[in-house]
Amino acid sequence: MVWRAAVARAALGALLLLALLAAPARAQTQPLVADLSKHLVAITTGFSGTDVLLFGATDGPGDIVLVVRGPPGREVVRRKDRAGIIWVNADSVDFEDVPAFYWLATSRPLDEFANPAVLERHQIGTGNLRLPVADFAEIPPQTRTDFARALVRLKTAEGLYGEEQGVVRQLANRLFRAELHFPSNVPVGTYMVEVYLIREGEVVSAEITPLIISKVGVGADIYDFAHNQPALYGIAAIIVAVAAGWLAGVAFRKS
Amino acid sequence: MQSYLPIAEMSVNVLLVLGMGGAIGLLSGLFGVGGGFLMTPLLMFIGIPPAVAVGTGANQIVASSVSGVLAHWRRGNVDLKMGVVLLLGGLVGSGFGVLLFRFLRGLGQIDLAISLCYVVFLGIIGGLMFVESLNALLKSRRPRKPQPESHRRGWIHALPFKMRFRKSKLYISALLPFGVGLLVGVLSAIMGVGGGFVMVPAMIYLLGMPTQVVVGTSLFQIIFVTANTTFLQSLMNQTVDVVLALLLLVGAVIGAQVGAKAGAKLKGEQLRVLLALMVLVVCFKLGLDLMLEPDDLYSVTRLRAD
Repeated sequence: MVWRAAVARAALGALLLLALLAAPARAQTQPLVADLSKHLVAITTGFSGTDVLLFGATDGPGDIVLVVRGPPGREVVRRKDRAGIIWVNADSVDFEDVPAFYWLATSRPLDEFANPAVLERHQIGTGNLRLPVADFAEIPPQTRTDFARALVRLKTAEGLYGEEQGVVRQLANRLFRAELHFPSNVPVGTYMVEVYLIREGEVVSAEITPLIISKVGVGADIYDFAHNQPALYGIAAIIVAVAAGWLAGVAFRKS
Repeated sequence: MQSYLPIAEMSVNVLLVLGMGGAIGLLSGLFGVGGGFLMTPLLMFIGIPPAVAVGTGANQIVASSVSGVLAHWRRGNVDLKMGVVLLLGGLVGSGFGVLLFRFLRGLGQIDLAISLCYVVFLGIIGGLMFVESLNALLKSRRPRKPQPESHRRGWIHALPFKMRFRKSKLYISALLPFGVGLLVGVLSAIMGVGGGFVMVPAMIYLLGMPTQVVVGTSLFQIIFVTANTTFLQSLMNQTVDVVLALLLLVGAVIGAQVGAKAGAKLKGEQLRVLLALMVLVVCFKLGLDLMLEPDDLYSVTRLRAD
């Protein structure tokens, strides 16, 4: 892994240099440019989480806010209640458009430089996520808030949601960089990496870069097989198990 | 060393899973049980989603039963006819169990159903086994008294569809083994176990089969019931992780051989008391988890993307 880091550093150096050289020329048209060290995260058999480097340049001073959003999906939050002597799942709320992953990184604590209304508009921060409820009319507002809070809390506990203030490093008011960490349980799909440049509380420029996280190799083949050909997969699983059991029985016959 | 499980969608430590397989294998070699009832809770404990733990558990038991039945087959300890009748019940039961599993999963109550099944069955079996083996242990120190023949067979003999099972030296209604098979099939689908720990006592005490053919026959039919469960779980729920099953298997096979050798040196009654205690501990832990207020009342599940 050491050589990889070295290569990444060298590549980064070159890119930053390029960005720096390009910055004055581009500055008139684009106040913000950003890119990722890779646009595809491959989940292979040995996958145990990964880091992606985000880097970029601005045309002058300003604060950087970075939001990574995973693919949206439907999530159901359930709450346990006492039933007799045991605890069972009772109430549930379905949320739509819940990002599978949400990570916020900033160059300074948000409350020092950002306008709360702006943060709300761009859904910056886990507290500002709009989480539409499926059966909106039937669920009282208090329940909706409680369940939405629980959703964010649980996702945070799983390492899928998070906020890191002050981790975007800036250099000479022009260059910036940040490490995005993806844990081993990161959901697959198309991610959006949003970069905001904020001056005097307002977003002056924004850029969105896609990032694809997908299973590759044997793992991906097994998953596709299980989902596309479930009957054949089941038979294959049985054949593998019978063969393995038979082999074991024969191998240990003498003992 | 980490390995990514494609169906469970998470990474696990290979050595940890191998070790778990080995530990369960050791126990199954020592005590002569499949160990599925310990495997599934352990898998859930390391963070495998319960549904995947159950589906994969069934797949792994297919393999361990095949390797176990080979040894019994060579000694002629498999009653094929009895096995087939048990199996017919088992197939119906596991089909029904998978449907039930799917239904409960939709309701969001599958974790509860799995835990409840474990608490109830581990409690009953562990309790009975503990009392029985403790008695045996105490008796082995005193001179044996002849046991009175039980008189509970009246209604059992009145059932229709009588069949002769030569190897088991029985002439009983086919409905009995069919019913036992059915029950075990449902459990196999919901709990991800082979059901040996329910099947074996039922065969001995309910059907009255001779002990030496019980384990072989039970293993024989467990192969097919768990194979059926594996197939149906794959087909309907996509919850069988072959990578995880293979990792567990490698550990289990080695552990079982070590366990069988170690078991030969220990006293049967002492082993059974230990097993009973272990079963009761697992049961107690699961029961306590159900009854204590959970750390977090909320839980979240991502519904399958459309």
